[in-house]
Amino acid sequence: MNRRSQSILALAILGLMTGTASADTIKVGVIGTMSGPYALFGKNFKMGIDAWVAEHGTKAGKHDVEFIYRDEESPNPAKSKALAQELLVKDKVQYLAGVYFTPNAMAIAPLLEESKTPLIVMNAATSSIVEKSPYIVRTSFTMWQNTVPAAKTALKNGAKKVAIAVSDYGPGVDAEAAFKKTFEGEGGAVVEAVRIPLATTDFSPIMQRIKDSGADTIFTFLPSGPPTLGFVKAYIDNGLKAGGVKLMSTGDVVTEPDLPNIGDAGIGILSTYHYSVSHDSKENAAFLATIKKGGGNLDEVTMTSVAAYDGARLIYKMIEATDGKRDAAKAVDAVKDMKWVSPRGPVSIDPTTRHIRQNVYLRSVEKVDGKLINKESQTFADQPDWALSAK
Amino acid sequence: MRTVFSIMIDAVAYGMVLFIISIGLSIMMGLMRVVNLAHGAFAMIGGYLASYAIRDLHVHYSVAILMAVVGTIIVSIPFEILLYRRIYRKSDPLIQVLMTIGITFFIIGIVNFIFGPSLKSIPLPQTLSGPLDIGFRMLPTHRIFVIACGVVTALALWLLIEKTEFGIKLRASVDHSGMADALGIRTEIIYAVTFALAIGLGAFGGVVGAEILPIEPFYALRYMVTFLVVVSVGGAGSILGALSASLLLGLADTTGKYLAPEFGDFFFYLSVIVVVFLFPHGLFGRSHA
Repeated sequence: MNRRSQSILALAILGLMTGTASADTIKVGVIGTMSGPYALFGKNFKMGIDAWVAEHGTKAGKHDVEFIYRDEESPNPAKSKALAQELLVKDKVQYLAGVYFTPNAMAIAPLLEESKTPLIVMNAATSSIVEKSPYIVRTSFTMWQNTVPAAKTALKNGAKKVAIAVSDYGPGVDAEAAFKKTFEGEGGAVVEAVRIPLATTDFSPIMQRIKDSGADTIFTFLPSGPPTLGFVKAYIDNGLKAGGVKLMSTGDVVTEPDLPNIGDAGIGILSTYHYSVSHDSKENAAFLATIKKGGGNLDEVTMTSVAAYDGARLIYKMIEATDGKRDAAKAVDAVKDMKWVSPRGPVSIDPTTRHIRQNVYLRSVEKVDGKLINKESQTFADQPDWALSAK
Repeated sequence: MRTVFSIMIDAVAYGMVLFIISIGLSIMMGLMRVVNLAHGAFAMIGGYLASYAIRDLHVHYSVAILMAVVGTIIVSIPFEILLYRRIYRKSDPLIQVLMTIGITFFIIGIVNFIFGPSLKSIPLPQTLSGPLDIGFRMLPTHRIFVIACGVVTALALWLLIEKTEFGIKLRASVDHSGMADALGIRTEIIYAVTFALAIGLGAFGGVVGAEILPIEPFYALRYMVTFLVVVSVGGAGSILGALSASLLLGLADTTGKYLAPEFGDFFFYLSVIVVVFLFPHGLFGRSHA
């Protein structure tokens, strides 16, 4: 590089930096499933962020914050990458956030270091995402985090032979590995492991296969959305529930908006998860009250709203720490080791993995005051991502 | 042996859903030579109407099916008069495909706007929900109902086409529409009635099949290929063809899912390739010169 081009580059960088520093509106690009079968979860990103803004105002420090939403629609890495590029180049966002699906988050990751942009992952739950860039922080959960307590619970409840049925993509494979390692490590047997294609809607043959395997417990993970309801119904209607086969899952299969559709037949299904809408704490009550005041429907609240609410907290902190300048490393450093009480319970950001540590709760579907909820009965305190941290 | 029975019964249930929805499409392609890509969209409208009728109007499942079928036919009337009537039997396939895919996107947009983007369940009445013990395994009661619906639909259509005066006129119009016209058969009325019948069957299939193919705004696109495949494997316009294609594909798909779920749709499309290779016009199709 000769002297001339060096100085042009330096000028350009200077221009870019002063440009962002003097601009008083910091833009945050949120990529979420705003339409299509998974639209509910994108809507929840917005509900969570809106709740944070309603409580803490549109200013972070001295800077106005503006959230710009884009629709990732489905597991479509190419589209998500294009959306992220558009947000970075055209809208000049300083932060990226959201992302429902793992493949989409993986596609965005390479852009972060090029553009020095932090990404707050508010859902995508494959452990390795945070390893793809030092600028990724995650406020949702991982499959390992939620699955290890599930395996421990199954052991404690006396399960001997388990059939694992997971969606055939990143998080599903993670869930299968996490359950297998924990369960077999303590002497249990996994008699069947089915990986189900993502587009499956008819689960009857899979239930029959599980039944024939002689398993006493099923462990499952499917991404929240249309397939989970079909899976639970097939489990009930093919007589596995009546036949005494227990269903264990991460909470993705029994999200609160799906419970009325599953109906009373779902009572007793066990799950381990980091957030229940019915979680009993004053932080959660305040969070739900804010959502309701903002016109949100409490029957539509899911885990993605609380991940987005906490994600917005991190973004505000990052903007304050960097005083509105584009400095991804400083921004990410500012939130490492952060501790606070979220609507889901006490949480912290693990400084080495940049993933959230949180309580995982054992819940069962129960009917309380005529409404089906996930009732928490046991707490696994301060759980890390078990794939990334040993304790 | 038990496993074989298990697979068979799931396969027949899935096949029957495919049959009820696809037979309408098959009739339209066979008779009017219209490749109606919007067929799934009309099935979806049926599903949404039934869901709305049960969940918001609290009517019985049977009434909801009736409302869905009649409602969907009413919705389809303007489409028939303004658009479909112009492309029966004459237009080139490109115009048909562009027009009907346009209608599909239009319906997806409208449905998304009115009912929202989430999945809509169609609650089953007590008698049809829950498991049923059929000796060697437990089966969702609803599957038995679906199989019965498929058998009744196939029989009723066969009687209608083979044994009634309408059927005679219909077959005459298919074989030689010009001659039928000249003999005083009002072919445009035959076409309109057949269109309504095809759409009504689609809506019926959309409702009773909702447990297996759940109703959501992208239903129309998601299953479009599946329905077209049934028609091309069975041969356009043939009841027996659609029935055997549905059962064959249902069997391939279910067996695949049971024995090797990680292969996904591989066995489904493998059997499609084999059949179309051996029978280019479908199992029971006739070549249209």
